Amino acid sequence: MKVRAQIGMVLNLDKCIGCHTCSVTCKNVWTSREGMEYAWFNNVETKPGIGYPKDWENQERWQGGWRRKKNGRIEPRQGGRWRLLANIFANPNLPEIDDYYEPFTFDYEHLHNAPESQTAPVARPRSLITGQRMEKIEWGPNWEEILGGEFAKRGQDYNFEAVQKEIYGQFENTFMMYLPRLCEHCLNPSCVASCPSGSIYKREEDGIVLVDQDKCRGWRMCVSGCPYKKIYYNWQTGKAEKCIFCYPRIEVGQPTVCSETCVGRIRYLGVLLYDADKIESAASVADEKDLYKAQLDVFLDPFAAEVIEQARRDGVPESWLKAAQASPVYKMAMDWKIAFPLHPEYRTLPMVWYVPPLSPISSAANSGQVASDGVLPDVRSLRIPLRYLANLLTAGDEEPVARALERLLAMRAFMRGRHVEKREDTAVLERAGLSLAQVEDMYRYLAIANYEDRFVIPTAHREYAENAFDLRGGCGFSFGNGCSDGASETNLFGGKKGKSIPIKQVA
Amino acid sequence: MSYLNEFLFGIYPYIAAAVFLLGSLVRFDREQYTWKSDSSQLLRRGQLRLGSNLFHIGILALFFGHLVGLLMPKELYHALGLSTAAKQMLAIGAGGVFGTLCLVGLALLVHRRLAEPRIRATSTTMDIVVLLWILATLLLGLSSIFASLGHRDGSVMVLLGNWAQHIVTFRAGAADFIAGVHGLYKVHLFFGMTLFLLFPFSRLVHVWSGFAALGYLTRAYQIVRSKG
Repeated sequence: MKVRAQIGMVLNLDKCIGCHTCSVTCKNVWTSREGMEYAWFNNVETKPGIGYPKDWENQERWQGGWRRKKNGRIEPRQGGRWRLLANIFANPNLPEIDDYYEPFTFDYEHLHNAPESQTAPVARPRSLITGQRMEKIEWGPNWEEILGGEFAKRGQDYNFEAVQKEIYGQFENTFMMYLPRLCEHCLNPSCVASCPSGSIYKREEDGIVLVDQDKCRGWRMCVSGCPYKKIYYNWQTGKAEKCIFCYPRIEVGQPTVCSETCVGRIRYLGVLLYDADKIESAASVADEKDLYKAQLDVFLDPFAAEVIEQARRDGVPESWLKAAQASPVYKMAMDWKIAFPLHPEYRTLPMVWYVPPLSPISSAANSGQVASDGVLPDVRSLRIPLRYLANLLTAGDEEPVARALERLLAMRAFMRGRHVEKREDTAVLERAGLSLAQVEDMYRYLAIANYEDRFVIPTAHREYAENAFDLRGGCGFSFGNGCSDGASETNLFGGKKGKSIPIKQVA
Repeated sequence: MSYLNEFLFGIYPYIAAAVFLLGSLVRFDREQYTWKSDSSQLLRRGQLRLGSNLFHIGILALFFGHLVGLLMPKELYHALGLSTAAKQMLAIGAGGVFGTLCLVGLALLVHRRLAEPRIRATSTTMDIVVLLWILATLLLGLSSIFASLGHRDGSVMVLLGNWAQHIVTFRAGAADFIAGVHGLYKVHLFFGMTLFLLFPFSRLVHVWSGFAALGYLTRAYQIVRSKG
């Protein structure tokens, strides 16, 4: 057992209102730069839809994530090491910028300068790459907003697999939900595995996956390697960029910008302890439907004595252990089992999880055939097809998603009984397999969602990553490595050396 | 004239080599962030797939062909059972094939860079200079094949080989081997050496990283780093 800690995220889709505040605040802080206009570290998609970049979930087309070979080992789906290097001159799986959208601005000046005319002047779009007129804007990070566009196109959503989708194209049966997406900061990231120059890495202390901008050579294999298409090639700098999980904020104990500004309070941040030795075997299980459970097995119980003991030996700081015990992410993923990874079948073991959304009872069920066992309505009569959610969150295994939806329904039914009807309906709890304490906790975390409950983020411990003894007396004065250590490593001309860290694995 | 010959083929090679090596080292040491392949595939896929593959396969083969062909001592390939005349024909054949591959690829890349508005708008002057410079060098090299067909015994090839071997072993009189060869070879040599001079100041530095990327073959898939 090798214990590591990671800050994970859960998004409660049941409460997402699709306001895009997360996307916009993130954009303003991190990607409003030339070369990154088209890139959204966080974007919100309306589902069903093919998303941004177009069709990103179709790995037959984009070849992202991992593939399990016949011998039971996994390799990046876009190819093993030789294959990947052979594609280095031209990556056959790289999306073109039009699959995202061509970045544009508008000729706002024309609104001021237009000569008098009978019709009001308009500001027409202009490409931010070429500066030329764009006749039509064809795609964007939320192009299918609130079911925009015809069903024939949106219906190509990959999550309709094994769903009789035609009936959901009819107005009476239509359904929708929002899916905010960001980098998953996976335990088994395929972007890291795909990088020929070794510039992408996972941080040992908090699990954040970062691109070393100095080491990146722009081979762009990570862009195709990531199945979520959350690594972006900056066409101005020629480097790959991705969501940094707002690490400067996380390090000082603040939530990420997207979480902090979420008006629906749907985002949760907390520590998860996991066994690093189990990652490879968990990602390699034979049946895709077992991947969700395999990932649960990688997580460790922060209250177990042997876990705490081993965590201390592996250098996890005490404050992080305490945070792990109070982690809202652990509660939702492990205790209540209401949160799920996004597309576990990619075998990346993602660390941004989702609580599936409830939806109204479908019209068919409304017209008299609502299935119910007298306590709870059948989750299969909800408008969003169970199989659709399962394809999104559990590689098609409906049982865990059904259970989670039942628990969400049970919490609502129970609390409604308590507050409106003034009675404690314990039958509903038994039906959903929840204790009274659990449902009260769920209510506190999901419905009330206090800031302190949503975000339990221990501050970073520098002494965990570096030897404080080496820093004594030198920090800020030696012109070598600044605060990193006492050695004065200089560049060719005697100045401060730029930081270039050789590839070495942490044992 | 002999002074110019001495400068261009006795001195200039060392200037180009020094700038190439030292320039690369300094840029790597000081300007890591600028060190990149500068791919434009994201902006327009189009001709890139075919063009870039053909170009890179061609030019890598040409590079190693020149490296081995020029620097392998006569005695060595004779010992391997290859006569000078046979080696000349091998050089013409392989150079012709890979040169043509490279030329087709390069033509696609040049066309794409100049005609595609997105690529043109995001190109630096150096991007275009380097591309056209390689094109000129390649065309000169390919046309020298016709001169070589005039002396199939490989006598000129031996002269060029002697020049290169003298240069890399720091022996005097290297330029004298060049004095008598056809002007086409001289211009080709000059363009080729100048490419090394441009190297550290252009996107060409990614060639170093391309070779370094071979380390990927032996690396573990996952990389975990502590903050440090």
